[in-house]
Amino acid sequence: MRVYHFSEHPYPNAWDDPHGYLRVDLPNRALDPKIAADLFHRYHDEYLLADELGLDLMLNEHHQTATCMNATSIVSLSIMARQSKRARILILGYPIGHRSDPMRAAEELAMIDVISRGRLEMGFVKGVPYEFAPSNANPVGVMDRFWEAHDLIIKAMTTHDGPFNWEGEHFHYRQANLWPRPWQQPHPPVWSTTASKSNARVLGERGYVIAVLGSGYNTRMLYDSYREGYASTHNGALPGPDRFAYLALFATAHNETEARQRGELVAGYLRTGANVYPPFKSPPGYFSVDDTARLMRGFTPERSFTKDRRVVDMRTASVQDLIDSVLMVCGTPDQCYQQITEFIEYTGGLGNLLIMAQAGFLTHADTVDSLTLMAKEILPRLKEYKQPVAAAIAAA
Amino acid sequence: MTVNGIGLEVVEKGRGRPLLFLHPGIGLDPNAPVIDKLAEQARVIAPSHPGFGNSEQPKAFTTVDDLAYFYLDLLEELDLKDIVLVGVSFGGWIAAEIAVKSTARLSHLVLANAVGIKVGARDTRDIVDIFAITEPELNKLAYFDPKLAERDYKAMAEADVRVIARNREASARYGWSPYMHDPKLKSRLHRIRIPTLFLWGGADRILSEDYGRAYCAAIPGAHFETIARAGHYPHIEAPDAFARAIFAFTQGQAK
Repeated sequence: MRVYHFSEHPYPNAWDDPHGYLRVDLPNRALDPKIAADLFHRYHDEYLLADELGLDLMLNEHHQTATCMNATSIVSLSIMARQSKRARILILGYPIGHRSDPMRAAEELAMIDVISRGRLEMGFVKGVPYEFAPSNANPVGVMDRFWEAHDLIIKAMTTHDGPFNWEGEHFHYRQANLWPRPWQQPHPPVWSTTASKSNARVLGERGYVIAVLGSGYNTRMLYDSYREGYASTHNGALPGPDRFAYLALFATAHNETEARQRGELVAGYLRTGANVYPPFKSPPGYFSVDDTARLMRGFTPERSFTKDRRVVDMRTASVQDLIDSVLMVCGTPDQCYQQITEFIEYTGGLGNLLIMAQAGFLTHADTVDSLTLMAKEILPRLKEYKQPVAAAIAAA
Repeated sequence: MTVNGIGLEVVEKGRGRPLLFLHPGIGLDPNAPVIDKLAEQARVIAPSHPGFGNSEQPKAFTTVDDLAYFYLDLLEELDLKDIVLVGVSFGGWIAAEIAVKSTARLSHLVLANAVGIKVGARDTRDIVDIFAITEPELNKLAYFDPKLAERDYKAMAEADVRVIARNREASARYGWSPYMHDPKLKSRLHRIRIPTLFLWGGADRILSEDYGRAYCAAIPGAHFETIARAGHYPHIEAPDAFARAIFAFTQGQAK
């Protein structure tokens, strides 16, 4: 069992800007570079502490937003590759659906893998809807571009007698030859996120790590689609728990009251994350025509479920609702352990827990305390905990 | 209708000289009054572009160039001659791309509130970013009377809402970047040597009249006329004036 520490590197000082929206069109005069520098240093210190404590590290990127200052995850990954000592370093994800230069992405990732001496976990994503305005990449056909970029990056990492030629539908290189090549062979482990059963199956067929967020007690169907896909390409064998990841917000403390107070602050992430001018939320072609038509007719898909099948709106939910739907793990270390293992039993096996242990206005001291408790009082028990074995996927 | 193996939804109405009507990005309403007005004096052929309406989207089609060559094939397939080619907004862009390639089968070109070229400085936006504003905001900029565009999606048939979603997706497929223009087109417009009319809904705030006049100036001998009480879609807001202006132009001016 691995537990990854994660922070979006928020700039919460701009969250009450009267402009109203936090992503895409919030003028950057709302950011004070001196405050930003202090925050970056502080977040990096927390990551390095997590490394010392035996946790692993997850980073991501978002663009033109006060919710996440990591405008290119490569910068923070690079710092971690050099400064951390032992942790796995997960990028989840690198938005190759809207990056224009996949060879450059392969070079960056290979360098990070080499500098960290083989500690990179390589998560690829297509990119969230509101980042097709910042990148100007066409949201129409993004999955085609995602897979071509993926194929090219993997080929670049696994070709050792280059240069090779690539003249695809979207990307063109006549002398592709990756230097340095990655430390891990044949390439760093690949992860991706999904909320759809069909994509989950594809990830299973490829044996990549599937990461899911926001679905709570509706996650099993995604994992089972993954298991079906995996079994179809692995002679019927089922994947181990190390192929599954789940992201939850996280707050613990020595007593429940304090943990809940921290949980309230961490929940600021969910309460602000969707604060985007509506046209940027569903760019044309990002969702299928059928899904777009349903959205236009006012139907929003139900996403986050509690164990008793209640639907939770993550933007407005109370901490209790967030706990019930496993959008957040929160409480004393004992309570957190119970919440985590109960969820793992439900999923049929889950080897990677991704915890957003810092978000919003949660202070450095609280973050340090929460991470320390996780590492000293929860993680050792999770490492001893015997994962369930998903026997049947027929119910999927 | 099938052209090059691509299934095409087409409205055909009227008799006489062929008039190919190329719709804007919002698609074509088959019952639009403008079709009847034009059909009074011409054989109107009004297709939904590949990817729009209920026309097929070929995977390989990604640019307006693809659409322009496709329509040249359609003109050959139907063996049409002496055609009046009319395009509104995005359809005007396609029409201009067709005309720079070949005017052999065309007699007249009419571009109404057309997009397709870059006029201003690189840090000046010529064309409102329609994907970055809400629908009510867009309608206020596009229409002289925005009430005309009000729709209740919840009350509409699902198939009709799908078509609207499809039109929006296709507009982005062809026009996301470079945004609603082809950087090469302006320097090729001099090749259009048939009588050309710019019709401009004067209340358009998606495009400025200066943009239209600059476009017009790039086509040798092209005329520019404004249509009152109409915005970006003069064929919808002023179908009579729109049809009248076209026929006054085509009848008053031989090839």
